[in-house]
Amino acid sequence: MVRSSIVTLYITSQSFPYTHSHYQLLSITIIPTKMSSEASTITSEPPTTAVVSIGSLSTNDTELTLGLPGGNSRKSGAKRTFSVTTDLKLGGTDRSSLECSVVRRSPSSKEQVVGWPPVRSYRKNMAKSGCKYVKVAVDGAPYLRKVDLELYSGYQQLLSSFEDMFSCFAINNVMEEMKLMDPVNGTEYVPTYEDKDGDLMLVGDVPWKMFVESCKRIRLMKNSEAGSSGMYKSQLT
Amino acid sequence: MTYSFPEEVLEHVFSFLTSQNDRNAASLVCRTWYEMERWCRKRIFVGNCYAVNPRVLIRRFPEVKAVELKGKPHFADFNLVPEGWGGFVYPWIVEFARVYPWLEEIRLKRMVVTDECLEIVSKAFRNFKVLILSSCEGFSTDGLAAVAANCRNLRVLDLRECEVEELSGHWLSHFPDSFTSLESLNIACLSLEVSFSALERLVSRSPNLKTLRLNRTVPLEKISKLLQRAPQLADFGTGAYSAEIRPDVYSSLQEAFSGCKKLKSLSGFWDVVPAYLPAVFPVCSQLTYLNLSYATTQSPDLIKVISQCHNLQRLVVLDYIEDMGLDTVAVTCKDLRELVVFPSDPFVADANVLLTEEGLVSVSQGCSKLQSVLYFCRQMSNSALISISKNRPNLTCFRLCILEPRAPDYLTFEPLDVGFGSIVENCKELTRLSMSGLLTDRVFEYIGKHAKKLDMLSVAFAGDSDLGLHHVLSGCESLRKLEIRDCPFGDKALLANASKLLTMRSLWMSSCFVSFGACKLLGQKMPGLNVEVIDERENLNLLPENAPVEKVYIYRTVSGQRLDMPDFVRIMGKDKNGVYNLL
Repeated sequence: MVRSSIVTLYITSQSFPYTHSHYQLLSITIIPTKMSSEASTITSEPPTTAVVSIGSLSTNDTELTLGLPGGNSRKSGAKRTFSVTTDLKLGGTDRSSLECSVVRRSPSSKEQVVGWPPVRSYRKNMAKSGCKYVKVAVDGAPYLRKVDLELYSGYQQLLSSFEDMFSCFAINNVMEEMKLMDPVNGTEYVPTYEDKDGDLMLVGDVPWKMFVESCKRIRLMKNSEAGSSGMYKSQLT
Repeated sequence: MTYSFPEEVLEHVFSFLTSQNDRNAASLVCRTWYEMERWCRKRIFVGNCYAVNPRVLIRRFPEVKAVELKGKPHFADFNLVPEGWGGFVYPWIVEFARVYPWLEEIRLKRMVVTDECLEIVSKAFRNFKVLILSSCEGFSTDGLAAVAANCRNLRVLDLRECEVEELSGHWLSHFPDSFTSLESLNIACLSLEVSFSALERLVSRSPNLKTLRLNRTVPLEKISKLLQRAPQLADFGTGAYSAEIRPDVYSSLQEAFSGCKKLKSLSGFWDVVPAYLPAVFPVCSQLTYLNLSYATTQSPDLIKVISQCHNLQRLVVLDYIEDMGLDTVAVTCKDLRELVVFPSDPFVADANVLLTEEGLVSVSQGCSKLQSVLYFCRQMSNSALISISKNRPNLTCFRLCILEPRAPDYLTFEPLDVGFGSIVENCKELTRLSMSGLLTDRVFEYIGKHAKKLDMLSVAFAGDSDLGLHHVLSGCESLRKLEIRDCPFGDKALLANASKLLTMRSLWMSSCFVSFGACKLLGQKMPGLNVEVIDERENLNLLPENAPVEKVYIYRTVSGQRLDMPDFVRIMGKDKNGVYNLL
């Protein structure tokens, strides 16, 4: 949505090296403005007020850098369209030259501005809030459970939740293999999962995010069965 | 001849003074009243934990039962305050444990709370009843376990939007079987599953439970069980509102909701499956508060619920509600006091959501009691703002966030000065204002002229010169909190209005033009202020005096320098031992 429009340009008595943002100047109209008397407490200069006011070009891109004014905070690739130095008369009042540099906006995502828009971080991805519920089966248990993999940040948390859910388990990390153990009868369970291709995989082999993406269902397999199905052969590489 | 009331009479009279402002005023009348009042003040509110220190507080008020403290500045919510800045509650807790063994209530906002703090709280205060942590961080589920295990008389455990290090969901199981005093439990911000059976037993043995806000992991199928055990609930927050569509689950859910005759507040609704929404229909007409801001479902589904909420006073939704949904609100919710609309996808220019300024205008027309607005949208016009201000002169809180910084009036391409000017001119009781869009110094002129009751102002990407800031500081008589980011405001206005800062709680300015030199000068001239420069750049001492600081946070204080500052925080203009003790 491009807004091409008249933008009013007011003239300031101070220079306005506002390089905090990159905007395209669309056009210039000069409008003399009234000053209130309060101005005299701020500046000793005669009351002239003016401000460079620049509209936004399109809603698609914003690049706002938080650089120091006057500093060279422009990113490479952003071009300067033009620099305006004018000496304007405003109804006989004093004027001084205005220098305003206007830089063309370079397209970039809004995320570059820290803390804008002002929403709390947990609200930032509402539209994409996914939930990845997968069934968890335990060999020998009569019913299945479901977990939302999106809730966890890693394998350790996932195994902890199995501990909580199937309260008979304790995590038994032996030689970096993730296993669960039933302390009552000493049976070990190996967490496995079915991936998108329908293959039976060992939980923990791939990076967490990849696992969340590809996991279809989880099965806590009794160790005896795991051995016989040739699970560990795949590990010997 | 002087006379005075006997102490017992004075104490009895003061017991009717509940507001801290009233008590402060009473304590200024004379020495006797000051002494009387300070001995019987039971509730303390400290709006800025660095404005005063624990020792000063304890010396004056020896018999405190309830404390409320606030730490970080508001912009910390948006990641503008670096990690480690401060707001540590530990020194306060240690002193309270030493001096107030009968402390019952602690409310903290934006503070760093460690597990050690929670452990102390759980053991030091025999009659501890209320723990409310709002936007706090620094603790783990171990700390919660300590509270659960040791606070025998706990009534309220409320974790509002906290960042908790979640080691396990076991902590809830630490509430002993003998614990039956729970009235309010809010764990909505936690992501780990808690043992459902422990939760169910806790609910069953808590006859006074009025508020229960679950977290996302509690499955929809189990909600009915909980509601059946606690039909007296007034405030309920569901977990994930999704399940496979099964008639038996649906009917037991609907029946459970029907049984909650006292339910007035409903929230939760993560991952909503629309087919299950009608289960809440039985309670809609009772509701005064409805939070659907996690319900990522389209307008028609939301409308079906809202169109039955005739008694709604506060509504929180996503922009999925669209203008059409807000038209329904305007027609249905005649008692509405507060409207909050959050953006579903804040970083996309065009989110394909039909929510515009029209929706807000519609609600302002239809809901005559509307007082408070927080509205995120993508376009606004002066004419809409003027309409809103004329429709609703009774607005007290108006917060508008147009997602694009410096967006002008989308119809005329002018700044939104006149629109916001109309808001402050017509809404004479306005106490809180947040602005956005294209704004020049003119809007600040309007604010300084008209916003006489304004207590808090938030400004971003606005203004043209120091004049803007000057208008606000010199004109807004009631201003106590001012937060500014990315505005071309500099030293002149700040220094010219230095004394105003002593009448305010705090001023935050980040990415503006305030220089090191000015901060130093201000700090030197104003012993009653802490001028904190928050700047994470290296080699700051190589920068010239007129170089702008990254962030400055200025607040009045009687407690002098902080002793807990990280290296990126400097208090300007005070010597090393600049501790001012003004009492």
